[in-house]
Amino acid sequence: MHEQIIISGFGGQGALFAGQVLTYAGLKEGRNVTWLPSYGPEMRGGTARCTVTLSDEPIGSPITDSPTVVIAMNPPSMEMFEPRVKAGGFLFVNSSIVSTDSTRKDITTIQVPANDIAEELGNERMANMVLLGALIRATGVISMKSAIAALEENLPERRRHLLPLNEEALRRGAEVVEKVVRG
Amino acid sequence: MEKKAGFAKPEALTDALTHYCPGCTHGIIHRLIAEVIDELGIREITIGIAPVGCAVLAYNYFNLDFAEAAHGRAPAMATGLKRVQPDKVVFTYQGDGDLAAIGTAEIVHAASRGENITTIFINNAIYGMTGGQMAPTTLPGQVTTSTPFGRDVKLAGHPLRVAELIATTSGAAYVVRRMVTKPATIASAKKAIKLAFQAQRAELGFSLVEILSSCPTNWGLSPLEALEWVEENMASYYPLGDYKVIDEVKSLK
Amino acid sequence: MAKILMKGNEAIAEAAIRAGCEAYFGYPITPQTELLEYMSRRMVELGRVFLQAESELSAINMVYGAACAGARVMTSTSSPGFSLMQEGISYIVCSEVPAVVINVMRGGPGLGNIQPSQGDYFQMTKGGGHGDYNVIVLAPATLQEAIDLTILAFDLADKYRSVATIIADGMIGQIMEPVELPEIEPPKRPEQPWALTGAKGREKNIITSLYLGGPNLEKVNLRLQETLEEIKANEVRYAEYMLEGAEIVVVAYGTAGRIAQTVVQEAREEGIPAGLFRPITMFPFPYDRLDEVAKSVEHLLVFELNAGQMLEDVRLATRDRLPIHFYGKMGGVVPSPAEVLAQIKKIASPQQGER
Repeated sequence: MHEQIIISGFGGQGALFAGQVLTYAGLKEGRNVTWLPSYGPEMRGGTARCTVTLSDEPIGSPITDSPTVVIAMNPPSMEMFEPRVKAGGFLFVNSSIVSTDSTRKDITTIQVPANDIAEELGNERMANMVLLGALIRATGVISMKSAIAALEENLPERRRHLLPLNEEALRRGAEVVEKVVRG
Repeated sequence: MEKKAGFAKPEALTDALTHYCPGCTHGIIHRLIAEVIDELGIREITIGIAPVGCAVLAYNYFNLDFAEAAHGRAPAMATGLKRVQPDKVVFTYQGDGDLAAIGTAEIVHAASRGENITTIFINNAIYGMTGGQMAPTTLPGQVTTSTPFGRDVKLAGHPLRVAELIATTSGAAYVVRRMVTKPATIASAKKAIKLAFQAQRAELGFSLVEILSSCPTNWGLSPLEALEWVEENMASYYPLGDYKVIDEVKSLK
Repeated sequence: MAKILMKGNEAIAEAAIRAGCEAYFGYPITPQTELLEYMSRRMVELGRVFLQAESELSAINMVYGAACAGARVMTSTSSPGFSLMQEGISYIVCSEVPAVVINVMRGGPGLGNIQPSQGDYFQMTKGGGHGDYNVIVLAPATLQEAIDLTILAFDLADKYRSVATIIADGMIGQIMEPVELPEIEPPKRPEQPWALTGAKGREKNIITSLYLGGPNLEKVNLRLQETLEEIKANEVRYAEYMLEGAEIVVVAYGTAGRIAQTVVQEAREEGIPAGLFRPITMFPFPYDRLDEVAKSVEHLLVFELNAGQMLEDVRLATRDRLPIHFYGKMGGVVPSPAEVLAQIKKIASPQQGER
């Protein structure tokens, strides 16, 4: 396995944290992992993204311009990364705020109304976990169990009480994929 | 423990002959510091830091562990030395160019942090080692090799009053200004130096003794005229006095 | 021992702590600030010295002071701050006291930006400050290597009574990956009869970098050069990857070296006989080994995150005996493996390449 996953959104949408959960979970499963943020002034309100690499081999480059999986949390991320997804890869689109669709036939695109689902759950900040849930269910790069364990270990103390809600968001995201698969 | 006055050399001085010009007051101040160190019995735990300036070779004259700092950085270096061995006594010996021009940030922040070190600040209103250029403490109108028409404050700015400035910092425990022009002022300067070291020993914070000093060579005056010049011109711009003495220091007396 | 996930800056900080770093002085600058923040917490918890200085100038001179006392001491910074530290580093080297400096490089010149860069190569490997000297420069490509080299830096600084540096970049500072933190015995340090600890029961010690008169300073310089020769003889380190049968060898270090590893692997998958030579000590540079490697290959491709700085050392090592190509990105731009691979393909079949 050698997956390079880009999660990209506005600052504050939780792209970096979703990537960390993925990374910790990958480590739990015995993979080689790297998590690389794009950092900078744009972190406040601008674009925040990270590249996560999960691999069975020692990791060379932690960056890529052809990710195997992309989560596009906002329209600029969709515009930037949709063309770059590696053929045969996955694109998860936050369809609550991204209205454009992918025209690519060589990748699997999954529309996830993440903000709407998060609002139903009563907390818009859960959109990142909804998308991560969809990614886990569709790609199987990590197991749901590892993701939840990673969350348990890495939610900051002040957000501990949100653990059940995070788990619920992961499940709701997975359900979106199940519906797509069932048709 | 006070030794009887006499001309035996303090143990804290070496036998080396100094390179200072005739009439320069560095020699007097070196001796005062050495006497204080002897009297406090701290020679074996004291570390000095020499500046860049005329006193750059001070480490040859004191019989103490000594470092030679980059220009203006003695307070930072003292901070490093003291923080890793807080049981030692650390002092810097700095001139006006070193402390009040290039090293202004270092001295202000060392004071502000309440760094438990002592600074002996020699203010002679001129750059001595480089041959008589304007110092940050050069008086208005004073002729130097870089203010040939006299210091015009509109062009060259105003002299900096260091003791007053440092006294405003919360970390300073003891800040005074003295001069060494005659036996009485020399005795007073020695008392101040002693109190500054005592304040450090008592871990009370930053201490600074500013000493108005003479530079006959670069001022173009005889040694005696230079001392008079200190009293007449410098002491009026830089008044002697105690600018900050916290209560704990007062109780050391 | 289980691997734990750490951010680069924090991993370097923890490595320093395990190496027995007794004092840290620093000033905040992106992208190394987490290193200072980590130290501000852990050093205080351990009862060691942490101080945030008023500038990098002060920080390095505090390091100088603590080093004079014989303490294991470190500072960290990023490019503009490293420039400010040059004065102090020059003094420390001349005074022959040990210290460690971490430079997490960012884009320059000037204020530049905070993205990864290798623009400080010249400054770090060719002296940097005034006078004839070099500092030891260690270039990690991964976090595990950053940890191991940080620990090594303290030992080398002690051994040669000089400054050992880590040349990292923003990517190494910011990346998270699993690492193993070694449990370390309290460091065995050389005796320090020179340290300023108070002249008790011995002659006074003087630490200075002032030597008036030509012959005196020349003597010091000759001694410093002797030490550098020892360092060159003993401390050269490098890594080699897929050199067997390689015709095109990429020469890259740090983050670029890491990217190049993927590039070489992909090139091999496409049937291009590529290999990687990755210097780990940038000073001392592995001139001899690179020269040896170059004897059996057709092309070298130097890849750096700058305008071609290590390139000069590669040319020096090989005396330009073979074609040396260069691919570099400046200003904090990090190329993807695909962009570098395209360069290799151009070299492999020039008729297909654009000119």
